[in-house]
Order: sequence, then structure tokens, then C-alpha cells
Amino acid sequence: MRDVAIIGVGMTKWGELWEKSLRTIFTETALLAIEDAGVDKIDSMVVGCMSSGLFVGQEHLSSLLADELGRTPVPAARVESACSSGGLALRQGFIEVASGMSDIVLVGGVEKMTDVTGCEATYALGTAADQEYEGYHGLTFPGLYAMMAVAHMHRYGTTREQLAMVAVKNHDNGSRNPLAQFPFKITVDGVLNSVLVADPLRILDCSPITDGAAAVVLCPADMARKMKKPVVRIVGCGQATDTMALASRKDLTWLESTHIAAGKALAMAGRKLDEIDLFEVHDCFTIAEIMVTEALGLVERGRGGKAVEEGLTARDGRFPVNPSGGLKAKGHPVGATGVAQAVEVVKQLRGEAGERQIKGARRGLTQNMGGTGGSSVVHIFEAE
Amino acid sequence: MPTPSRYWREIPQRYRMEAGKCKACGAVAFPPRVVCPACGAREFVPAKLADGGTLLTYTIIRVPPQPFEDQAPYAVGIAELDDGVKLTAQVVDCDFADLKVGLRVRLEFRKLSEDGEAGVIYYGYKFVPE
Repeated sequence: MRDVAIIGVGMTKWGELWEKSLRTIFTETALLAIEDAGVDKIDSMVVGCMSSGLFVGQEHLSSLLADELGRTPVPAARVESACSSGGLALRQGFIEVASGMSDIVLVGGVEKMTDVTGCEATYALGTAADQEYEGYHGLTFPGLYAMMAVAHMHRYGTTREQLAMVAVKNHDNGSRNPLAQFPFKITVDGVLNSVLVADPLRILDCSPITDGAAAVVLCPADMARKMKKPVVRIVGCGQATDTMALASRKDLTWLESTHIAAGKALAMAGRKLDEIDLFEVHDCFTIAEIMVTEALGLVERGRGGKAVEEGLTARDGRFPVNPSGGLKAKGHPVGATGVAQAVEVVKQLRGEAGERQIKGARRGLTQNMGGTGGSSVVHIFEAE
Repeated sequence: MPTPSRYWREIPQRYRMEAGKCKACGAVAFPPRVVCPACGAREFVPAKLADGGTLLTYTIIRVPPQPFEDQAPYAVGIAELDDGVKLTAQVVDCDFADLKVGLRVRLEFRKLSEDGEAGVIYYGYKFVPE
């Protein structure tokens, strides 16, 4: 396998971008990454997108986006793994470069979610659950994560306030990210008084509906060094699946796919968690971040709530989690999220993260998750 | 919503709560599968789900997906039945305030939703406190 580097990153302001179509959002972002990389050709493209079919009535994104970018006949693939589509796209691009199949690969993620109503978007996202045995009974994603929260609170005594503290922390980080959809601070009282979505989760426990894209350019690390670019290598990559239906899990409070994917990525990188300086993780709901910190091994099982309360995962804590603002504040255009996590880590490792910079960061980890943890993708990055 | 063929295909599970019991290890799979998730064997005999179970978790859906827009708010939960099967369904005939982990429930055959404009009515199972 060849060593793989990220030599270009691109991201535009996320939000409710009513004036822009899926193809425009993607193309503007991809151009930023290609420009940042300083390359004039790409050999291949991989795009993560969860559900352009349900959100904008358009499939066959591989061809559409290569065409819009003016890059036909370059080979292109669209990959889907629900909310981890972006992370999976990065993994596929990594495999393509590492294997020697392609040299310069553009990896993008995109989702255009505001062309449909809120109920339609809730339905589209719900297709990441088991449609025949969860969706059929009226389950939604907030509903599924709410059931994980109830189980976690019952078993470990995790409190309603600790859930709120995750959102407060991530908004505090997001207030320093000019590309975030909601770059402002919120308070614990604000979360606790926001409208209920699925008890005990309130609207400020939930990541938003977002239009957005993110892109990176990969190439062999040897090529990156010759180009005299700041080299950030992908040193670990792990992926795992778990049961589709939440009910089938052995333990409703545990994310096994994240645990296994992280173990594989750390083994490939030959690193331990305390050698990693920042973590961008999948906080689609506040309870998710608490459970992810446990599954990664940052804290013991059941201690995720306490960890956020004690500041362990704060920007200046021992394990900074979601310095970008996370899905909660930055936004969650589902197919783009996994790629945007990589964009943030590369900016941090290059020292280009502005007001939210983690000082001296050398290594970062991303964790991107589909459904209720039915799939997880973990990557580890290292600056040279 | 699903076409009638999909709905028809699922009738054994929705109406009769039919599961598959693995001939090799005795594990009950619901819905029935081709491969036993417990031991990998491929032969099953039909078995009816246990009637009763215990609620493992629950929530109240306040923001519903499109097909359930006229039903919200409604409670849903995951219960472990007395035969070891865990499944998800609505919890009905129950005040929201009475929902708790450990609540005893039984499976009942109920109407779930319906298509508009002379479409089919969807039936299935729901949890009811014992």
C-alpha cells in the first residue's frame, strides 16, 4: 500500500442555501479543494451523498457532478452509507490512491436538504433506519437516539443537563467557525427550554437540516512531498457495521461499530488515543457524542456524560472533541459531514483553524456514523 | 408508502407475528431471516412471537415523519419479549407519564396507518401495558 496524503481541502459556508442547487454547492466546494491542492488534473472522483433521490429527486450524481465540474470523462463514483456516506467516500478514495489505481483523487460529500419540507426531510433521513421494522411503526431518527438516551440515562445515571452540555460546548466551538451554520453560543437553560422533538431530546439536542458540501484532494504522499505542499497523511482507516435495527443490538447504550472501526484505525496508525490531539465525531444528537466518546475509549462505559461535565472534551480539555462545532453547530448536510470532519482536521494540523486552533496539533481523528451506528468510519490523520 | 405487493408480503409478520425458530440453535429471529444471526444455520421453523415482554426503552415522538403526521404525539418503545426477541413498536393505551423502563407490555394487533384516497389500511402490532 502507498502512503496517502491530503493536499487540498475545500468547504463553503453551510446553512439553508435556498439560492443554490446541489450541483452548484458541490462544484464551488470542489473547486476550492482543487485550487488549494494546486493540481491541474484529477484522475478520479468519489462523492458521498445519502439521498439526493429523496431530497432533490436526482440520482446518478457521479456523472452529474463530473459534468458540472467540467471533468468528464474522469471516472466518478457516488457512495452511500447513510450519514456516514462522506466518511465512506474518503475511505474509498484512500483505498484507490493507496492501491495505486489512481494518483490524484477528488473526494467530495454533498447534501441539499432544504428543497423539501421538514416532514419530508424527516422521512428521508428515516430511511437510514430499518424501514420495514422501525420506520413502519413511526420511528424517526431523533426518536431512535432518544431511546438510546433513555436507556443510557436509566443505566448510567446520565443527566438531562449533561446532554445539554454537549450542545453548549459544540456551539461554543462553532461560534469560532465562520463556516458554521449556527456560529453562536447557547446556554444549558436554552437547551432545556427548547421545544421537545422526541423525549427527552429537544430541538437544541439535534443537529440541524443543512445544505452544504466539503471536498478534499488525495494523492500519494511521495507526490505531495515533491509538490512542496504541507503534507497531512491518512495513517489509519477503519470501518465496521452493526445490526440495522436498534432493537437487535446486544446493548442499546453501546456503539460497537464505532468501537471496532476505531480499533482498526488505531492499529493501522500504530497510535494510542493519548497521542491524538483532537477528535471530530458524529454528534448528530447530544447523546451520540456521549456514546461515541465511550466507544472510542476516551472514557469508560457510562462516563461520557460526566466527561463533558468535567470539561474533558472541551477545546482546552485533555481530549478536545468537535473543535469545529460538530454537527450540532456547524450543520449536518448528511453526505458531506464525513468529508467536512477531514477538512477540519487538516486545517487544525496545518495550523489554519484560526480562533479555534488546538495549539500544536499533530494528529487528529474523525468518526463518522450511519443510522443508529449501523455503520461507522474512523480515520486518523498525521502532519509531517 | 409501499406498494400492495410489499404490504402483502409482510402479512405473516404484521398479522400473525410470525418469527423463525432456528432448527440448529433454537434462537428466534424476527423478522424471519435466511441466515440465523446467532449461529449461521439456514433452516428455520415458523414460530409465533411471545405475547408478553418488558420495555427496555421508549420515547414520545413529537415531530413525526410524513405518513404519521396526523398521529403525533405518540409513544414508541423497544421491548424484549419473553422468548428473547427484541422489537420496536408504538406503545398505546397508556398515559405518557406511566412510561418507564421495565414496564410489562403485551403485543396486540392494531391499525397502524392508512393511505389516502381509497388506499389500503396498514395493520401490525403495538405494545399495550399489561
